[in-house]
Amino acid sequence: MINKNSLKSTVEKPHEAGRWYRFWDRISRYWYSFSRNKLSVMGLAIVVLVIMLAIFAPFVTPYPEHAGPFVDYKNASQPPSVKHWLGTDPIGRDIFSRIIFAFRGALVMAIVVLAITVPVGTILGLLAGYYRGTIIDTIIMRISDIFLSVPSLVLALAIAAVLKPNLMNSMIAVTAMWWPWYTRLVYGMATSIRNEYFVIAAELNGASRFHIIFREILPNCLSPIFTKMALDVGWVILIGASLSFVGLGEQPPTPALGQMVSDGAKYLPQLWWLSVFPALAIVLVILGFNFFGDGIRDMLESSR
Amino acid sequence: MDDKTLLEIKDLHVWYKVYGGYLKVLHGVNFLVHKGERVGLVGEAGCGKTTTMKSILRILPPGDSCIPKGEIVYKGKDILKMSFSELQKLRSKEIAMIFQDPTAALNPVFTIGAQIGDIIRYSLALEEKRVRKEKIKALSARALKEVYMPDPERILTNYPFQLSGGMRQRVCIAMSISSPRNLLIADEPGTSLDVTIQDQILRLLREIVEKLDTSIILITHSLGVAREMTDRIYVMYAGTIVETAPAKDLFKNPVHPYTRGLVASVPKISGGGIAKGIPGRIPDYLNPPPGCRFQPRCEYATPSCQEKPPQLFEIDKDHFVACYLAQR
Amino acid sequence: MTQQGNSEILKVVNLKKYFRIGKDKRGPIYVRAVDGVSFNVKYGETLGLVGESGSGKSTIAYTVVGMYRPTSGQILFKDQNIGMEAARRPLSLKKEIQIVFQDPGSSLNPRQTIEQILTLPLRLHTQTPKRQLREKMVELLEKVELPPDYLYKSPPSIGGGEKQMVAIARALAPNPSLIVLDEPTSALDVSVQAKIINKLIDLQKELSLTYLFITHDLSLMRNVASRIAIMYLGKICEVADASTFFEKPLHPYTQMLISSVPVVTEEEEKLKPKKVVSIGEIPSPVNVPPGCSFHLRCPYKMPICSEVDPEMVEVSPEHIVRCHLFEKQESGKEGNSL
Repeated sequence: MINKNSLKSTVEKPHEAGRWYRFWDRISRYWYSFSRNKLSVMGLAIVVLVIMLAIFAPFVTPYPEHAGPFVDYKNASQPPSVKHWLGTDPIGRDIFSRIIFAFRGALVMAIVVLAITVPVGTILGLLAGYYRGTIIDTIIMRISDIFLSVPSLVLALAIAAVLKPNLMNSMIAVTAMWWPWYTRLVYGMATSIRNEYFVIAAELNGASRFHIIFREILPNCLSPIFTKMALDVGWVILIGASLSFVGLGEQPPTPALGQMVSDGAKYLPQLWWLSVFPALAIVLVILGFNFFGDGIRDMLESSR
Repeated sequence: MDDKTLLEIKDLHVWYKVYGGYLKVLHGVNFLVHKGERVGLVGEAGCGKTTTMKSILRILPPGDSCIPKGEIVYKGKDILKMSFSELQKLRSKEIAMIFQDPTAALNPVFTIGAQIGDIIRYSLALEEKRVRKEKIKALSARALKEVYMPDPERILTNYPFQLSGGMRQRVCIAMSISSPRNLLIADEPGTSLDVTIQDQILRLLREIVEKLDTSIILITHSLGVAREMTDRIYVMYAGTIVETAPAKDLFKNPVHPYTRGLVASVPKISGGGIAKGIPGRIPDYLNPPPGCRFQPRCEYATPSCQEKPPQLFEIDKDHFVACYLAQR
Repeated sequence: MTQQGNSEILKVVNLKKYFRIGKDKRGPIYVRAVDGVSFNVKYGETLGLVGESGSGKSTIAYTVVGMYRPTSGQILFKDQNIGMEAARRPLSLKKEIQIVFQDPGSSLNPRQTIEQILTLPLRLHTQTPKRQLREKMVELLEKVELPPDYLYKSPPSIGGGEKQMVAIARALAPNPSLIVLDEPTSALDVSVQAKIINKLIDLQKELSLTYLFITHDLSLMRNVASRIAIMYLGKICEVADASTFFEKPLHPYTQMLISSVPVVTEEEEKLKPKKVVSIGEIPSPVNVPPGCSFHLRCPYKMPICSEVDPEMVEVSPEHIVRCHLFEKQESGKEGNSL
């Protein structure tokens, strides 16, 4: 008469507990939340397109050699045509190919900057949050306050100008001013999560500090971190373009988006395609990552 | 249905769109409120009580919910088919809702006076072009006096964080009665507050309802509260009404196996231990069980219970049950 | 039944816990959450702590468990002084006293699987080798009637009652002697509560556990606790065994609370004391009125109540009250009982 429903496995089909099933189930759910907003899907398409173009640039562009030392005065300053889709610059290089090669530098900068600032900023934020109220908190947060109080572009410019202008140093400059944003973000979350009951329960049992910080607090901070990372790719590319606009960044002949905009500015409005297309490329990339980042946020937040 | 009927929900179905399909939460809800009646809606978490109430005022999340079937008839008109302006009139003059968590229901950056004033102004704006500030302030203070707030004029200048939980709940009640209404819907009032304060709030509600002769739907998961505060109780399980009876009859003679299980699970101050509860869990709304939604957990279930969902039928004077077992 | 018979596993002596929240001209301002509380818990029993918010019951629980350090007073566990924060307690002590929190949603890490949640206490407190961890966890889940595949689920995907069962399993993992339960079922439905309470009672018998059970729900307390202590503004008002507490409540506050419990049957109605209406708000533990802390709400107030704080008086064996109505007079006669 008493049914054993409470003991019956709620997993009707045994394979549902399997690792792969759970993995794909999660992916499908994530995709469902992500794709509800069509703009996010569009953003994903742009992101994938830009990344693919950047990786396969030498094979995909019509004139790969134009991204290096190349001169062809016969074809200089041509407006957009069938032969050169986005026109050529005053020394005959194809704008379209150069833009695609410029994506490479932009993405490399974004990846390197984020690969350093995210772990560093996160760990500092976690430590400051866990040791809130102590001198560790004070030191970390006041130093990051100092960095945050200087206008970011000015700081990047200052650092890049002191060092020799090249891609590596502009990455150093951007990294130096980027990390406090993550510290701040994680600090805010860590301080509130630290007082949650599940953290207290772990502490009462004698869990080590490492466990508390990295196994209890950190997993609860990941969603905003990932969302910010997705959005940040666009912003790092923008700062990188700002730096290369004033000549700090990739040096010629390697193309960089901001540099191309700045080079073409002298020729406005006659040779409009020299500046307009690189500028549009910047806009496209940032928009793409922004929409993608929104989708990431929807995806991660709805799985709660 | 007759002249005394204020609100009638007929065979309401509500679905939410989620990953994997639709959550078929409400599955034929039938519910009746007469003029001046105090009705209790009792059910556990996830049974659909809040969904039902939100459907009445049509405040379900717009993109994710749909109502495939059913009617909600208020004073002869179907709410689900009302135009926006009719709906506005309904919400500002006829039906008011008192939400469960008073802290979340009050805007933290506006004063109490501003918030009550807004409501009064909207409800009057449908008739008068411009309402004078003094009149709004006077009506706000009067609303607070009705809920026995000490020093109403000063409270009007306070912000919600300056008040205790009990006072915030009183403010919410004041907001709902600031203009005359025919129906109040109170969603678990006082649940987030202390027991003695909850007691005060419930007694206040009872007094107001008697004084103003409004009808009230009281949603609660506490059977004891429902027994003390209402004339008639509807017991809800998994999106259906399984039993309804006048409050005193329901506890003397619960018929539906779910109601019996619930009443047995309530700890009694006479001692004697608590019954073992009800085995199983609430059904998966994505794939609800066919027929009676309670039958997977019911010790009296027969195969015929899986065929068609049982309808409410009158087993005793004014006492309705939705169960095939009871029909025999 | 229990090895130590009637002796006490937990002794609390004049415990005080004040929280400093600032200062004014006259000196620092304190919240007197717990203001001189003494009680004992015997092996194998369930001591219930009842009170409204601000009464200090949760603070006592948290101090016993080691979340707070006592401001003054003593806590003895198995005759060992434990009046210190958990971080300073030896590991062997940490495993003996466990806690189940009120809100299962925040007491389990939503970003971990049940397997990870249960691994922690097993890893820290038991010497279970890695290969046997999985077995041990399945055993724990069986004890709380959860199927083994719950190991892969994480808290947001399971219901409130089941989460609380996981929290109980986590508390049982290190084989404790004393479990503190802070309103374990207040956030749950009545039928789920019934299941969990019955399971807790079964587990208590099976594993010889002692419970310190905190709730504001008096009818629940009646069926769970063997002895009940009721608190108001940081002090204990009355202690009695469960049936006496409800049949012969002495303290006016006890009567007030019992009379306002909503009940479902008519026999219960008859058992309730006559209605004592509670007036006013609960004063906060920052502004404790002088004399007896309850006098502002007490319908039987006497002049002495606003001046002198009453002492605890043993009115009959195991029935203690703190109220001027029951103090022994100079002549040896007891005051009027109601």
